[in-house]
Amino acid sequence: MAENADKQAASAPEITYRQALHDTLRTEMLRDEKVFLLGEEIGKFEGSYKITAGMLKEFGPERVRDTPIAEEGFVGAAIGAAMLGMRPVVEIMTLNFSLIAIDQIVNHAAKIYGMFGGQTSVPMVIRTPGGGGQQLAATHSQNIEAWYASVPGLKVLAPSTPADAKAMLTAAIRDDDPVLLLENLSLYNTKGVVPDGEQVAEFGKAKVTVPGTDITVVGYSRSAVIAADVAQRLKPQGISVEVVDLCSLRPLDRETVCRSVMKTGKAVVLEDDWLTYGIGAEIAASVQEGAFDYLDAPVRRVAAAEIPLPYAKSLEKIALPDADALIRVINEQLDATRFAR
Amino acid sequence: MAGRTQDPQREKKAATRGSARADSAKTTTGRTKAPARRTTGAKASPDKASTAQKSTAQKSTGVDAATRVDYYREMALIREFEQRAGEMYQRAKIGGYCHLNLGEEPTVVGLMTALRPQDYLFTNYRDHGYAIARGMGANRVMAELFGRSDGVSKGLGGSMHMYDADKRMLGGYGIVGGQIPPATGAALAITLQQKPGPDSDAVMCQMGDGTTNIGAFHEALNIASIWKLPIVYVIINNGLGMATTVEMASGEPELYKRGCSYRIPGRRVDGSDPEVVRQAAEEMLNDARVNRQPGILEIMSYRLRGHSVVDPARYRTKEEVAELKEHDPLPPYRAQLIADGVLDEKTAEQIDGDAAKEVADAIAFADASPEPAASTLFDFTYATDVPNASRLMPGDPVLPVGWEREPVGAGKEA
Repeated sequence: MAENADKQAASAPEITYRQALHDTLRTEMLRDEKVFLLGEEIGKFEGSYKITAGMLKEFGPERVRDTPIAEEGFVGAAIGAAMLGMRPVVEIMTLNFSLIAIDQIVNHAAKIYGMFGGQTSVPMVIRTPGGGGQQLAATHSQNIEAWYASVPGLKVLAPSTPADAKAMLTAAIRDDDPVLLLENLSLYNTKGVVPDGEQVAEFGKAKVTVPGTDITVVGYSRSAVIAADVAQRLKPQGISVEVVDLCSLRPLDRETVCRSVMKTGKAVVLEDDWLTYGIGAEIAASVQEGAFDYLDAPVRRVAAAEIPLPYAKSLEKIALPDADALIRVINEQLDATRFAR
Repeated sequence: MAGRTQDPQREKKAATRGSARADSAKTTTGRTKAPARRTTGAKASPDKASTAQKSTAQKSTGVDAATRVDYYREMALIREFEQRAGEMYQRAKIGGYCHLNLGEEPTVVGLMTALRPQDYLFTNYRDHGYAIARGMGANRVMAELFGRSDGVSKGLGGSMHMYDADKRMLGGYGIVGGQIPPATGAALAITLQQKPGPDSDAVMCQMGDGTTNIGAFHEALNIASIWKLPIVYVIINNGLGMATTVEMASGEPELYKRGCSYRIPGRRVDGSDPEVVRQAAEEMLNDARVNRQPGILEIMSYRLRGHSVVDPARYRTKEEVAELKEHDPLPPYRAQLIADGVLDEKTAEQIDGDAAKEVADAIAFADASPEPAASTLFDFTYATDVPNASRLMPGDPVLPVGWEREPVGAGKEA
């Protein structure tokens, strides 16, 4: 099957992450009439980030539903529609605005199946981009995925490539549980090969996107892309970086991470969120517990500075984790273990 | 609608809350003469209406004698259930929060008889009576309170979270206002699944007076209005959100008017008469089915006890407490049925006795029902099982000892 996908991949053209999301929404709406979209400005305006371009025209206002600016109301409405067997896909303009709907997401979407004894599932998807670095200042640049990833009852996927965006969105729409699909503003224009045909990602599985032997870098979404790039850049220096893309923030595949660390003995987490209580904290705790005997150095984390993110480009740039910071920490890890370059 | 019951005490109290009637017609009779307080006589026995009642004996709701007796039977059952639930709470058979429908029995029965089996119901946490009147069975409702596996939510929800997918009772919700957006979304799904008309399903979303101040209420009303959703928002106005009065908390204390800015019509009725409540609810539900017109039904009701079982309601003045008994809607309804000749004392006692027995049986059933098995702890977190879903117990290592030697994380495949 993997070979098959590889063959297809070889022949498929590269498309953007945005296009992959768009095409997948379209495919799933054509496949299942229970799938419908709702969110702010997704119809007439075609989506703030144009994921839903052309879809109002194709599917009509009942299935591509522009909502008022009322996240709690329309996310909650999606929950109720899902309880009656529909498959709503909600677009929240950015992850920051999900905070207005957090009661519906955490207290309702995540609880309805379990709290009522497994009688009614909530098959809904919330698509929303995280990501800073766009000079949007403090309230519009947050990466609070760890908050959602800590909630039992939710599933949280974070695709880093166009191919994953397709496979994960497909999986999310077809799953019977509420899924938060974490997109990223800085990835929408990135390109990659997307295999034709049905691609359905598996929940709860991380993957090694770059194999290596010297050090493990764990990332997800944008940070997995940066990690893979850094791995390529360090190769000529004789440093073999293994990149683990978490893909699924909840459930979390600790085993794949720990297996990588068993091999390399060193781990760095690159994360877009804040350091304290972040995704990296969970990974570091998991690695020290699951692979303690294999660690040659403490797990390090490269995360965002813990401040309300400034607007000023100069400050924003230094506050966010990037390739340079990752390379610096990788080198520190290698030096600490007397790695011979 | 005409001929609604109203008593002067209530009227006075309502007036101090800045009350105005939503409907033009109203009739006022003396509350102290309990049997005569009803302004509506039964269709089945108009000739038996007393002189005092004669002027208003014509029943607008046209409910037959047998149905009225059924209403009383249901109300008596809820009353008994709630009193015994309070008792079981004191005996620590029931944990958590426990909010009772005492005083709201006619409201509950009126609403639930207005709803068709295929309609959807969402309520707040004061939901025992609704579950019973929806036909979920006193046994299973009590078992839920006891946290047992035969409970309506398998013992996982408790008092505030009664649920029965088959009966389309889509939940009691403990978060104030939390039920309103999902209920609105259920109505949205109906518009995607059915054509409007008298046979269309509708949604009833019940809430308390305090809920009308939360954002979810207003967001949902706006959505229901612009999308023309078949939903009736029912506000049970018992005058108090815990101890906070409606006047303290609401800029517009006439809560049925709170839909004005969304062009959602509202109506206020007396909650002490199940027939009045049922008729009003049926009319609004019909408007929802046929015209996709959302509505707000405010029901003036009484909370005879504190906010929950553990609340002694010390914030109520002595006068208020003394008055409460007068506001108990059950004795007058019972007396009225007897006065109207649709019920005799012996049959009434029989009904009360049946309720006592049914609830005693429910308690025995709940007591005998097994506690949920420890092995089921992780069975209801996700509808679709996926790899690596956490099954860690407190203190478990994140990966089992010896995980390095063989793959472990696969879990049950979806």
